[in-house]
Amino acid sequence: MTGMNGTTTTTGAGRRLRLADGTAPVLAVLAVLLVALAFTGPAYSEPAGYLALLKRAAPLMILAIGQYFVIVSGGFDLSVGSLVTAEVVIAARLIDGDEAATLWVIPFVLGFGALIGLVNGLITTQLLVPSFIVTLGMLLVLDGAVFLWTGGSPRGALSESFRMVGREGFDVPLIGQLPWSVLLLTALVVAAVLFMRGGTGRMLVAIGDNQTAVRFGGGHVERVRTLAFVLSGTSAAIAAVLLGGFAGVSAQVGDGLEFRVITAVVLGGVVLGGGRGSVVAAMAGALTLEALFSLLNLLGISGGLESTVQGVIIIAAVAYASVGRSKFRTRKGTS
Amino acid sequence: MSAATLVRTRPQWTRFATPAVSVYVALVLLLVVGSVLVGARGGMLLDQGGILNILTRSTALGLVAIGQTMVILTGKLDLSVAYLIGLCSLIGAETMAGDPGMILPAVLLTLACAAGVGLVNGLVVTKLKVNAFIATLGMALIIRGYLENAYTGPAGEVPRVFQHLGYDRIGPVPISALLMLALAALAWWFLTRTRGGYHLYAVGGDEEVARFSGIRTDRVVVLAHVLCSVAAGLAGLFLASRLGSGAPWVGTDAGYDLESIAAVVLGGTLLAGGRGGVAGTIGGVLILATLDTTFDDLGVTPFFKDVVRGAVLIAAVALYARRRGLR
Repeated sequence: MTGMNGTTTTTGAGRRLRLADGTAPVLAVLAVLLVALAFTGPAYSEPAGYLALLKRAAPLMILAIGQYFVIVSGGFDLSVGSLVTAEVVIAARLIDGDEAATLWVIPFVLGFGALIGLVNGLITTQLLVPSFIVTLGMLLVLDGAVFLWTGGSPRGALSESFRMVGREGFDVPLIGQLPWSVLLLTALVVAAVLFMRGGTGRMLVAIGDNQTAVRFGGGHVERVRTLAFVLSGTSAAIAAVLLGGFAGVSAQVGDGLEFRVITAVVLGGVVLGGGRGSVVAAMAGALTLEALFSLLNLLGISGGLESTVQGVIIIAAVAYASVGRSKFRTRKGTS
Repeated sequence: MSAATLVRTRPQWTRFATPAVSVYVALVLLLVVGSVLVGARGGMLLDQGGILNILTRSTALGLVAIGQTMVILTGKLDLSVAYLIGLCSLIGAETMAGDPGMILPAVLLTLACAAGVGLVNGLVVTKLKVNAFIATLGMALIIRGYLENAYTGPAGEVPRVFQHLGYDRIGPVPISALLMLALAALAWWFLTRTRGGYHLYAVGGDEEVARFSGIRTDRVVVLAHVLCSVAAGLAGLFLASRLGSGAPWVGTDAGYDLESIAAVVLGGTLLAGGRGGVAGTIGGVLILATLDTTFDDLGVTPFFKDVVRGAVLIAAVALYARRRGLR
């Protein structure tokens, strides 16, 4: 079944610059939301408003890049939410207001994220435990371990220079202040797109589509899948640096992020189970979700109904995408 | 790799070491180790209070996990149960409103609402072809939005008669735990002795093959979702009877969504579906409850529990995967 679909994806990623399968709907929804924002909020009549939106959305979009790698190769990473919390709490405890410590804490935080990803990946690929369970277990372990270490409530403080990336920006003529986080996001987007165009990126999609075929083709399935988890862990670390700067230290900073980012990736047309979808669409999904939250806020829809609307929208979006796809499949199957 | 040689050298007795059996062996080992550890500190794990504690903890999670087993056996999963439990506790308690005469209508109404949610879940999964993960996550968000919008705290009141359900016991065994076990037995009978149960396994094993064999796979999946939601509804009613009122966050605070999936998988059911059963699930639930009770008796901080739980979950599934690899 998936094999039949796979052929269409790979031709789509060929020489012709065509949007990957499932990208168009999310871009259309995003465009509608952005236009709606411009009409409802006076802040969105100039670039600064959209830059602020991008700044808010940057952590989720970066998480979406990492989660995309895992999902497209056929896995789940449920541990990113608690990993973000863990990273922020650890950074605050290690820095404890000391400016000089920032320099080694940021690499340490990134390394810790990669290490957690490596553990997730190795258990998934070597011990053959489904990634859903591995990362669920990791979620429990991280949640417990961090608070065991800090004794129940986060202590310490982040330094100003640590918070700078998430909070501040630099002045650019024309568009006003450009946040550092947006610059970082742009760099990561370019890196992710280049990665997905390279051999390893293509193998990642191929593994999600048909792992056995890749193995018979001589691909290093285990190594590449582990790499996906390492990248996801690292993306959580980067998101934690941004969120810690943006929102400060709290024990709830990563709550529910794992489900939100999976929602975002799926909203971007990436299929759970792997093998389909593009990384740009996954990020567009994350931006769409944040734009939706901003719009609901502007329209004065209370926090409660916000999640109801979110629920309806993700079901509708995925239903639209999969009903459309199954029609396509039947036609192809019968011909 | 070395799988072929290992298969040949496998001792005969491991034939009986199905996951369900090894879960109970692990449970007994855990009880022994726990008793020794608690005994070393001058306490007693399996005294009247301890047994009561373990069984009470197991009841709500057990009810949810029985339903979750059905869904997971078909290769889907249900993330909406935690919010549904809160919703059902509220529907039950508000309909009863302290009036003993309203117990039966309230129970029926609650279970009907739960079944309705399960029906929607099942139809979205089968007719709209939405991945169960997304469909039930969306349903969870929808229920959460309603709960956040309509409630600020506990609401409704359960009559005293209904509270007997949560608190009465025979010796150290709560009645509610016996009812949960009876439901588990019923589910076991359904899964292993009826045509519907076989269909559940067939759909989980390979949905395409099941369809070609003449099984109406859509109906089977919808049925599994309905049963799962009704089980969550029962858990909501049980919790309402324990608390004396309905509470919107009673299901999410205990994390029954992921916890129930953990219990099912710990009990040896494959997350991909098609293999496993209710007996293992109950073993998994009892292991989680025993771990909690032991740590409480030892006075370990609650955070350490999470760490151990996560490690146990990964280790158990790794062992199952290894054994299947050898087979």
